[in-house]
Amino acid sequence: MSLLDIEDLWVRFPTRQGVFDAVRGVSFSLGRERLGIVGESGSGKSMTGRAILRLIRKPGIVEASHVNLEGRDLLELGEREMRAVRGKQISMVMQDPKFSLNPVVTVGEQLMEAYLQHNSGKKFHARKMAIEMLENVSIRDAERVMRAYPHEVSGGMGQRIMIAMMLIPNPKILIADEPTSALDVSVQRQVLNIMDGLVKERGMGLIFISHDLNLVSEFCDRVLIMYSGRIVEVCEANKLHQAQHPYTQGLLNSLPRLDDKRTHLSVLARDPSWSNAPSVRG
Amino acid sequence: MTALEIRDLDVWFGHAHDRVDAVKGANLSVVQGESFGLVGESGSGKSTILRAITGLAPQWSGTIEVEGQALSGAKRYRAFFRTVQMVFQDPYASLHPRHTVDQVLSETLHLHGLDNIDKRVAGLLDDVGLGQRFRFRYPHQLSGGQRQRVAIARALAGEPDILLLDEPTSALDVSVQAEVLNLLADLRTKHGLTYLMVSHDLPVIAHMCDQLAVMRNGEIVEVMSSETLRMGNPKHEYSQELLRASVAPQ
Repeated sequence: MSLLDIEDLWVRFPTRQGVFDAVRGVSFSLGRERLGIVGESGSGKSMTGRAILRLIRKPGIVEASHVNLEGRDLLELGEREMRAVRGKQISMVMQDPKFSLNPVVTVGEQLMEAYLQHNSGKKFHARKMAIEMLENVSIRDAERVMRAYPHEVSGGMGQRIMIAMMLIPNPKILIADEPTSALDVSVQRQVLNIMDGLVKERGMGLIFISHDLNLVSEFCDRVLIMYSGRIVEVCEANKLHQAQHPYTQGLLNSLPRLDDKRTHLSVLARDPSWSNAPSVRG
Repeated sequence: MTALEIRDLDVWFGHAHDRVDAVKGANLSVVQGESFGLVGESGSGKSTILRAITGLAPQWSGTIEVEGQALSGAKRYRAFFRTVQMVFQDPYASLHPRHTVDQVLSETLHLHGLDNIDKRVAGLLDDVGLGQRFRFRYPHQLSGGQRQRVAIARALAGEPDILLLDEPTSALDVSVQAEVLNLLADLRTKHGLTYLMVSHDLPVIAHMCDQLAVMRNGEIVEVMSSETLRMGNPKHEYSQELLRASVAPQ
């Protein structure tokens, strides 16, 4: 059975020029797998991730026939029940650790809070869990990092701390929104490997949102390609390079490649029919 | 002829025990008309070299020569800015939010002491492929790629010989990146420009540059041709590591 099942999801923002539809009727389901969502900025990929957790702020509107988490419709829950879902059932790792960690609270306290929010328990137990989790994300001197403030750790370490924090309540689904875009290539891979290992080990579902096609094809099982709020193509991640849709092909071709020298990169020619075509089911 | 020559360049920030050495003993030389790339991780000092050249990093020692003229300190004269211009990473931050494209370009042209401003603005917009309808727009009415085009037009206003490009496309989508990189390649051919380009993206550097230097912890560990990089033959261990990290196993 699928963990998460989304049917006809819309995200709308009323503006002075009328209603803007950021996500337009997206349907997909997620099992215990790694699902990638790729697209350019403004394609609605992040909004889809946030809408699942109902993190779209007013005046934004989220509508769907259902967003079922193991059969329970998240859109029908009250705000209080929703708080129990966030973190405990579905967690989210955001792009930049600089903006997602509280700068005036030590790493340790933030990690322990993540545990104590969802589990009643003694503080020393939370502390043990936090240290264990830091070790799981390959942070060697966990004791020292527990005492550190976010500005005292590097970007890569900050992102690993975020992952640790999100995994402490042991959620069923992890939504990672550009988790490595702020990191250097060499650190990127390391962080992804850690995340990948933990997700596999715990049998979680992963939604991996990224603009980087190569990264997604390497780290996911299945990929949804989004364009102007709709899914234009769904494919197996390892077959991404054989993608059929002209948009996906265009994106892949516009990347400079080390093994293919040319004077000009091919430019994506956008076709208005792409945004009018109905959303593909993922 | 050498457009840009850097010898034993040290750049540092702060004083005494707070001192951070951002660049240590860097040597590089860029021939007229060549495109030279600097790659490395964040904090490796690649952007700092550009900032030292333009006078934005005042504490440096060593030699920086632009077209044979040695620079000193942080003060740069008008003639320097007619020769060297910089394009910054984030077009969202490098344009004045309350100035129209026309104001941005006119002011720059005026500061360069040029005449015929109206005609030149029109020419610059055509040069970067924007066209006249963008002339009276504000930055918030432009997309990221269009903003970067305005930033490039501004850099070209004084008809410089050398452009310093600091991650010019890393804030852009790949499709838009392709357009901007094509534009930069065309402009280089058209105006015979010399580029010194910083990026963390090896394929982008290999596409744009003839030569490149790999930096780590403020030091240049290796200078090689793009061809060497494409063939997968960097000598230094660190360059090989970077190359491995940026090539996705197919």
